[in-house]
Amino acid sequence: MLGKLTWGAIPFDQPIPLIAGGLVGVGLLCLLALVVLKGWFPYVWREWITSVDHKRIGVMYTLLAMTMLLRGFTDAIMMRTQQALAFRAPGYLPPEHYDQIFAAHGTMMIFFVAMPFMIGLMNFVVPLQLGIRDVAFPTLNSVGFWLTATGALLANISLVVGEFSRATWLPFPPLSELAYSPGVGVDYYLWAIEISGAGTLVSGINLVTTILKMHAPGMTYFRMPIFCWTTLASNLLIVAAFPLLTATLAMLLLDRYLGFHFFTNEGGGNVMMFMNLIWAWGHPEIYILILPAFGIYSEVISTFSRKPIFGYRSMVAATMAICLLSFTVWLHHFFTMGAGADVNAVFGIASSIIAVPTGVKLFNWMFTLFGGRIVFAPPMLWSMGFLVTFIIGGMTGVLLAVPPADFVLHNSLFLVAHFHNVLIGGLLFGAFAGYTFWFPKAFGFRLHEGLGKAAFWCWFIGFYVAFMPLYVLGLMGMTRRMQHYDVPEWHPWLLIAAAGAVIILAGIVLQIVQLVVSFRRRDELRDVTGDPWNGRSLEWSTASPPPAFNFAVLPQVGGLDAYWAMKQPGEHTKEPAYADIEMPVNSPTGFICAFFATFMGFALIWHIWWLAILSAAGAYATFVVFAWRDRDEYTIPAATVAYLDRTNRRAREAAPVSITAAP
Amino acid sequence: MSASQAATAVSHSDAVLVTRRIIAGYGFWIFLLSDIIMFSAFFAAYAVLSAQTAGGPSGKDLFNLTNVAIETACLLLSSFTCGLASIGARTKNSLWFYGAMTATFFLGAAFLGLEIREFAGLVARGAGPARSAFLSSFFTLVGCHGLHVTAGLLWLLTMMAQVLAKGYRPDIQRRILCFGLFWHTLDIIWVALFTVVYLLGVAQ
Repeated sequence: MLGKLTWGAIPFDQPIPLIAGGLVGVGLLCLLALVVLKGWFPYVWREWITSVDHKRIGVMYTLLAMTMLLRGFTDAIMMRTQQALAFRAPGYLPPEHYDQIFAAHGTMMIFFVAMPFMIGLMNFVVPLQLGIRDVAFPTLNSVGFWLTATGALLANISLVVGEFSRATWLPFPPLSELAYSPGVGVDYYLWAIEISGAGTLVSGINLVTTILKMHAPGMTYFRMPIFCWTTLASNLLIVAAFPLLTATLAMLLLDRYLGFHFFTNEGGGNVMMFMNLIWAWGHPEIYILILPAFGIYSEVISTFSRKPIFGYRSMVAATMAICLLSFTVWLHHFFTMGAGADVNAVFGIASSIIAVPTGVKLFNWMFTLFGGRIVFAPPMLWSMGFLVTFIIGGMTGVLLAVPPADFVLHNSLFLVAHFHNVLIGGLLFGAFAGYTFWFPKAFGFRLHEGLGKAAFWCWFIGFYVAFMPLYVLGLMGMTRRMQHYDVPEWHPWLLIAAAGAVIILAGIVLQIVQLVVSFRRRDELRDVTGDPWNGRSLEWSTASPPPAFNFAVLPQVGGLDAYWAMKQPGEHTKEPAYADIEMPVNSPTGFICAFFATFMGFALIWHIWWLAILSAAGAYATFVVFAWRDRDEYTIPAATVAYLDRTNRRAREAAPVSITAAP
Repeated sequence: MSASQAATAVSHSDAVLVTRRIIAGYGFWIFLLSDIIMFSAFFAAYAVLSAQTAGGPSGKDLFNLTNVAIETACLLLSSFTCGLASIGARTKNSLWFYGAMTATFFLGAAFLGLEIREFAGLVARGAGPARSAFLSSFFTLVGCHGLHVTAGLLWLLTMMAQVLAKGYRPDIQRRILCFGLFWHTLDIIWVALFTVVYLLGVAQ
């Protein structure tokens, strides 16, 4: 009846996951109780859960990412403290638990923090920057979000029901095969990623179509803000790379469930084929994550330097070059495979070449700063922190791209330091820059500036204290994923690294405090004009938060930095003629579909076949019901549009004019 | 958002505001490209593993080209009838639409039946997917295409029911367009598949 699921699946003998999972569960129940008891449920259902508004979906993606960041960071600080304690000692985490933690940390951070954070920001910002009212496929967008949430939920259920994978964040065979990982951990991983991967693919298709096919009048490709370009590149990569992940993990699933021989040691299976296939997705994935961050830095640096971005066309060319090159370097993840000197040389050179377009970008950002009237607001601090930190990460990356060096540094903490250097210093700083930059647009009030700056400095200093020792440890020969060790020279460096994690923790606490304080003081931090930063692109030309229809009339775009041009003196346009606006109606399709997907995933993990079949049928029925609907748009009357737009126009005209451009 | 409202704006506005039909078709094309990439991973796996028979039978021992030829004929013909159904939908000619969709369904079902018979025969001969890496990759690649055809048949029936219930509404027309694209793509993949798997397999 319940397949492999028994009471034995709940780890009563392991207090840490049980307490952690219990706390999360109680927290969720409390939140649910609050929502229901306060009578907020209809609001949450109508305005958020069933919303197909790209802005709401973007906010929910970002919220998911920030919640999962807490989970991923908890894993991180547990690993750091374990390694600080485990010098000639067992520490407090037994090996089988420690192995789950590092696998969960990587899985959480890449799939459920970095991905939803970036997709959330792209979803929220890109339609506003393009000057349009919604994405190409609003309901599919909601489906994509809820499938991602399903994946995150499944991965977290493993805390209390069963176990998580011990086979690292990419389930390398043969360790991840049934013979060596007989438990449900790898299955949790596989189904969580298959389901959320489908969600990511959907959102990739949606954003590519949106950017290539839907623009405000006059918004040609070469007038799009850089963030739209990097979003386009990132989503092209999603469309081209995620199917490889789906296929590769499907092969591993077939190995585990039906005894196939793709990656087994027996029957002619080929373990290295898994490496090649998964990294053919995995390397583009890195650029899927970092390219949107590059776009955010471009927007932020240009805005807070009061200058148009330097070298716009070279920025676009560099973005697209990275997009293309990212598919030619996957083998550098396993130079030690033994493909031979020639093959390694080709991939080593290709990997080094990626540094060229990235370097072009760095110089463009620096030349944008040069001669600008720089404002050191928190988004700018994150960007400056990025410029410094990413250079180091980039250079150690080029070092690792040299095959002989890689043979020495492969699987060492040097590698761990390198990719955290680019992921934290590149991607996460970008996500935080975007979060603080666009927060007032989403909610109508700014985040507290002093706390934001304090959080930045904690993250910035904490990053260096936590990860520079890892470079040293890597050069001293310490390999990654060690549960305990007995080399006395390593111990002090690991203590420093643990201290760095604590400083980062302070940064995270400050960010939470910032959110609470900003919410309580929202009236004094209010952004009435919709343009709190003296912005340049079209998202700042509408109210904060933007109305459901984004723009009362579609903006006319005459060049780059469209809004900057609009607000120049003498360019004030008179009130437009308002018309009725058609917007897509809300739909619970995404949520219900994800509801069934959750049950289906859980049933497949525990071999509860009847439930899996029932859920799949339920998901199909949901789509048929959706397809049967007769009304897919509702009308916002011109009078409402006019009222909302006039309010914003008055606020803008009343605000002090602060458009002083750098020369 | 109406296209006419903004069309007066600037010269290239006509090009940037496109119809929902174009957006749906374009988006679906991107999905199909991603689907083809997924197949390419299974093709790559087959190419790597096709010689790994682990002492078991190879493609030369197993494949029956007559069966494959009939399957191919069914699928290519179904693409033709699917095209007829698209024309029927566009001209709102129900006789053509239902007739051609029914023909497409039966041709697709025949293809699927032949494939299931082939698979069952292989399993009965002890050449199931767990026998060797070659057979694992063979069953996965061909089976993945078969699953797509199954999904396509389900979609086909749903579309016929939708037209019956709702008529040729613009949103249903868009779905018929996407279904047509999907069905023709399965044909393209099959052409690659029967070349790489069956023709090359027998020639080995």
